[in-house]
Amino acid sequence: MSNLDTLLQILSWTLIISGSFFVVVGAIGMLRFPDFWARLHAASVTESGGVILLLAGMCIQAGLTLITVKLMIIGLFLFITGPTSTHAVANAALVSGLRPKSLATHPNSAEIESEKEIDA
Amino acid sequence: MGLRIHMYRLVKCSYKSAGFKRILRALNWETEADAKVAKLRFIAYALFLGALWLLWSGIYKPMIIGFGATSICLVLLITHRMNSVDEDRVPIELNPIKFLGYFFWLLVEIAKSNIAVTKTILSTSMPIRQNLFEVPYTQRTDLGQVIFANSITLTPGTVSVETETGHFLVHAVSYTADDMDALADMDTRISATELAVPS
Repeated sequence: MSNLDTLLQILSWTLIISGSFFVVVGAIGMLRFPDFWARLHAASVTESGGVILLLAGMCIQAGLTLITVKLMIIGLFLFITGPTSTHAVANAALVSGLRPKSLATHPNSAEIESEKEIDA
Repeated sequence: MGLRIHMYRLVKCSYKSAGFKRILRALNWETEADAKVAKLRFIAYALFLGALWLLWSGIYKPMIIGFGATSICLVLLITHRMNSVDEDRVPIELNPIKFLGYFFWLLVEIAKSNIAVTKTILSTSMPIRQNLFEVPYTQRTDLGQVIFANSITLTPGTVSVETETGHFLVHAVSYTADDMDALADMDTRISATELAVPS
């Protein structure tokens, strides 16, 4: 029994520490990336990888209790609201005319390219 | 018409009684079958709220449970009153088993792209290749389209920026030619979780 406990502790702390790692990486990305559009992606590392791993680690810490249920519901909410709010921010930036500093060309993005030239 | 009487009738009346028929007319339910479905839905909703409250509370003392029961009754009352104004329902046209399969596939994708973006952030040269491009979607329902757009945003490295008819505008931070194929794959997977028959 204590062996299983140790195993669960190791697993849960591995998850929590790797989740924290992704949160820190997201923060570093926020500082290092050149413009708004790139920083958006750094934030989503924190939001997806960090959140999922931290919640999974905490679920194992809590065991089969109501706290685990609550953590899972928090995870569900974040899964829906996180990308929705990111989309809202990105959409607001697009509508207000903010464009990435550099764009790789792609046949599909011809329309956007011309739009960008008009803005510039 | 008093609220209390309204509720009392909904719960107590038989389908044949005059009081219930008046409520049916008030709610625009033409047939008794409609009323039966609505009643079952009402009971299912009450059970769902009760289960949810019990999971969230965790303190099972008479007073606290009384508060819970009161708030559930209040919610049911308000929902019922609102329903008689607005009959709009959003059906969930998804195959739950296939959706669960998609969910786990998405978790793996999130893990993969997390590692990719982490490498970009931590590498000294920081190879950024930003691109805005159009991704066509094939989902029939609004919910399917929302799941696709949110899945794009949930995987780090791509963000859905704008929704237009027939395609999304997607921003990628380190764009490669494979991105389009990966997103097309995600698109077909989500379309496969939708129920085939339009209702």
